[in-house]
Amino acid sequence: MERETVLKLDNVTMQFGGLVAVGDFDMNLEDGELVGLIGPNGAGKTTVFNVITGIYTPTKGKVIFRGIDITGLPPHYITHLGIARTFQNIRLFGDMTVMENVLVSQHHKLEERHADKILQKHGFEPKVVGKGWFWKSILKLGYFEMERRMIREAEELLEKVELSDLAYEKASALPYGMQRKLEIARALATEPKLLLLDEPAAGMNPHETEELMEFIKKIRDDFNLTILLIEHDMKVVMGICERIVVMDYGRIISKGTPAEVRNDPKVVEAYLGDGSYA
Amino acid sequence: MITVLYRKLPTRMKVFLTIIFVLFMILMLFLAQKKLDTYWIRILTLIGIYGIMAVSLTFINGITGIFSLGHSGFIAIGAYTSALLTMSIQQKQMSFFLKPLIWPLNSIQLDFLSATIIAGVMAAILAYLIGYPSLRLTGDYLAITTLGFSEIVRILILNMISVTNGPLGLKGLEEYTNIWWPWGWLLVTVLVIGSLVSSSYGRALKAIREDPIAAKAMGINVTKHQLTAFVVGAFFAGISGSLYAHWLTTIDPRPQTVGILLTFNILIMIVLGGLGSITGALFGAAIFAILSEWLRIVETPFKLFGIQIPAISGMRLLVLSTIFIIVMLTWRRGIMGRSELTWDSIYNFFLRLRRKQ
Repeated sequence: MERETVLKLDNVTMQFGGLVAVGDFDMNLEDGELVGLIGPNGAGKTTVFNVITGIYTPTKGKVIFRGIDITGLPPHYITHLGIARTFQNIRLFGDMTVMENVLVSQHHKLEERHADKILQKHGFEPKVVGKGWFWKSILKLGYFEMERRMIREAEELLEKVELSDLAYEKASALPYGMQRKLEIARALATEPKLLLLDEPAAGMNPHETEELMEFIKKIRDDFNLTILLIEHDMKVVMGICERIVVMDYGRIISKGTPAEVRNDPKVVEAYLGDGSYA
Repeated sequence: MITVLYRKLPTRMKVFLTIIFVLFMILMLFLAQKKLDTYWIRILTLIGIYGIMAVSLTFINGITGIFSLGHSGFIAIGAYTSALLTMSIQQKQMSFFLKPLIWPLNSIQLDFLSATIIAGVMAAILAYLIGYPSLRLTGDYLAITTLGFSEIVRILILNMISVTNGPLGLKGLEEYTNIWWPWGWLLVTVLVIGSLVSSSYGRALKAIREDPIAAKAMGINVTKHQLTAFVVGAFFAGISGSLYAHWLTTIDPRPQTVGILLTFNILIMIVLGGLGSITGALFGAAIFAILSEWLRIVETPFKLFGIQIPAISGMRLLVLSTIFIIVMLTWRRGIMGRSELTWDSIYNFFLRLRRKQ
């Protein structure tokens, strides 16, 4: 069965001065796939994420998301179009409650009308409802209806990810594993089609990692997501990813199923060296 | 099942309580005007003005996390704009003897309300022009830029003699600012900024304060929201400037009046009250206004433990600073921290008291 291409990276190069962080990067993600992006430290994995989410504009090449050329669009546009991410080092809004953290992710539905036009132009459902929310929220005219809707949606989401009990706790007061989970929930609240997870299992114990793997598989099915994840924990990568892309020094050195990648001598070399010093 | 330990009152109830509270405040102000002497009425009026300044600055600094030191610049713009608009034509001719006032300012006179609103709009326009390029900076750099901006405004006022009367300042303003104008505008300020903060926009602004990069990744247009907050804050700073000018009845470009010292005073108020709390800013403004007046007693000769202490001018500021240092050492995050005194929080406070019994 032919699946729809969700994300296409076409010959993307990201250069910082003389340093080529990512070079000639090609990648296709199909609808519903769970793909792992691995590689030694400094290979350029997070740079790929930053290019996809618009934090960096690539020096060369194109990023195409559901047929929309998103190269060089600002991050908030790209989030509105349907790409959400988490961060390697947790970046929650620490002083706000779990509920507020999730509600923030719905804010773009009041504001991003320009990004909405791009969605409509490519034949997708618009996400912004009504306009003039800034004035409506000051004058409280017709705003409460929206607020109630946002809270209802946030409650539903928290229910699904089993964080309801902690809804009114401060985000910074949560245990580490829960903070990781909240970061994923917050990304889900933007209603993404593609989810980018940057080392979701970092710092977790084996038990928490096990739970996380189940959780990632569950949200992919519940929310119809395509997931690209960076991970160093090989148990996670080999356990849940259908396809793996291996990077080293900014370039793709291998790709394929977990079994293929595991047996690729180039991958072994990248991680362990070529044996010339042995 | 969501187990909620924090209960919320119904919205209708809160609106009702707020209306009752506002009516109560009006009654209190009315009584104050009847019973208190002019000295205390002036202090009450000043609390209202300081309240607007503090709330608008805490909206910029505490809630959005833009560390701006340019507040006095906006206040100065507001003060001069409205003063030039409300002064009578004869008064202007009398004041501007170094250089005559340029047209059209020399031939118009407006009522206080319109002048105040125009003052706010002028400050907001300026905030947009300043904010658009400088909000790309963060932290210390932004603080220095905005500080520089407020000083530029002051220097411009000092030197644009045909518009501002330069170092002589504007004198003989009508004392329009009675007890009602500042407290009325304070109500408007708190309602507008309060409803913004409690809405989705407020959450977005707080998210920007907590982590701008994450906020961007969650679909928030960070620059646009920061600029909006900056402009809204500056608008109310302009309003407060207008009220301030017509409370002083004279306005001049000294640092104490509309310069950096004013910014620092407001900063003290909001840090004392709790950076990021609107009710905290109000408490801070009230405490600052009352203390800085009441402490005048230490500038008169008095006896302490049998020792005669002579009158030392400026002693007030020394004592005031010491008090603030002590307060900041005991309450690291100010009186209110980042929390607000709302109907919900009062209700929950009593619920907790009952649960303990």
